Amino acid sequence: MTPTLLTSGDLLLAGGMLCGCVALSLVLSLGIQKALVIAASRMVVQLVLAGSLLLLIFGRSSVWLTVAMLVFMLAAASYEVGTRQLVRLTPGWHFAIGGGSTVTGTVIVALIGLLTALQPHPWYQARIAIPMTGLLLGNVMNAVSLTMNTVLSTISRERSAIEARLTLGATRAEAMNFTIQQAIRTALIPTLNQMAAAGIITLPGIMTGQILAGMNPLEASKYQIVLMSLIVSGNMIGATLAAILTAARLSDTRGRLRMDHLAR
Amino acid sequence: MMADLDPHQGDTALDGQFCSAMPAHLWRQQVLYLPAEPGWWSDRVLDHIQDNAQTHGLMKQLGLRCNVLHDPIHRLSTGERQRLALLRGLSQRPRVMLLDEPCAALDDTTTLLVEDMLHTKMTEGTIIILVSHDIEQASRMADQRCEIVHGHFSGTII
Repeated sequence: MTPTLLTSGDLLLAGGMLCGCVALSLVLSLGIQKALVIAASRMVVQLVLAGSLLLLIFGRSSVWLTVAMLVFMLAAASYEVGTRQLVRLTPGWHFAIGGGSTVTGTVIVALIGLLTALQPHPWYQARIAIPMTGLLLGNVMNAVSLTMNTVLSTISRERSAIEARLTLGATRAEAMNFTIQQAIRTALIPTLNQMAAAGIITLPGIMTGQILAGMNPLEASKYQIVLMSLIVSGNMIGATLAAILTAARLSDTRGRLRMDHLAR
Repeated sequence: MMADLDPHQGDTALDGQFCSAMPAHLWRQQVLYLPAEPGWWSDRVLDHIQDNAQTHGLMKQLGLRCNVLHDPIHRLSTGERQRLALLRGLSQRPRVMLLDEPCAALDDTTTLLVEDMLHTKMTEGTIIILVSHDIEQASRMADQRCEIVHGHFSGTII
């Protein structure tokens, strides 16, 4: 297969379109021009760095370099996952639960993918291990982040409803069951949409990428099916862990709600 | 503390069984705390209270109109919600009830209805600990009375 290479002209055009968006934001006074410029610059710098770094790592084929890269990615995701909730746990627990759930969900499905379906030789081959873990990590991170947001905001909003169940003799699991279910469901909605729409409304990103890069579309769709299944499973594991752990942290073994475990 | 809903020091016992020695939810099934403003986990009354003869009997005693069970909770008056919460609590058949201003939102007539029902429960052996701002209610209800002045007990009146 022969990948279609982009020229500097193409990149200039992309930059021009971003400038257009900024101009539009100014004209319509949307107030997002600053965020746009910052996000776009971050994207460019991060992607160029990532591309160069991957080029370097792929060239070496060293297990340590690959593992170091993966650890760095997991650490960054563990930080990122806890940054956008409005209601938070005290910082240590917040990041421990967010990061722990994200890493567990990702690592389990990434290993399943690497050791069964994709089987690169050796298994840590950077060209496959790094992008695949990254893909799964991004998805699990979203799911965990949404889960925590839902659990934390629901419990602080519905405090009196949960306390009513507790006073009537429910265990903490019974009292918070509904919140946990709701949070996992919310976290999986984007993935469910993505799966249901796959191939009809949108061509999923990986498949698009592979087709653009010259792969046979049917082979690309097989890849997509396997990866999508891994993504759903990872999200499910991450979201379930995050929901249960967050709910557990907001209560104690005597079945009391512990709102004092929230950050002020 | 008696319903074990806040972290606390010390312990409470019911018939020699200590709160800390049993699972918290079993303790709370016997020792029921009713806050002044009850919480609801859905807007349907029937998700909280069963529609049976016992409920209808209690509703009549508490002066609640019949269709209150089928109205959404957000449309009920504060007084109706407070009495429904009492009813919901009673259906658990607790042995001890901790009541925080159970009649705060009620008019005089309904207050007396609630007090009558609580009296019946007391004669049936339910222990009631009631907090009230209304001295007259206290003297009507109490076997034993404590006054709290500036956050401290000011002696027991029997």
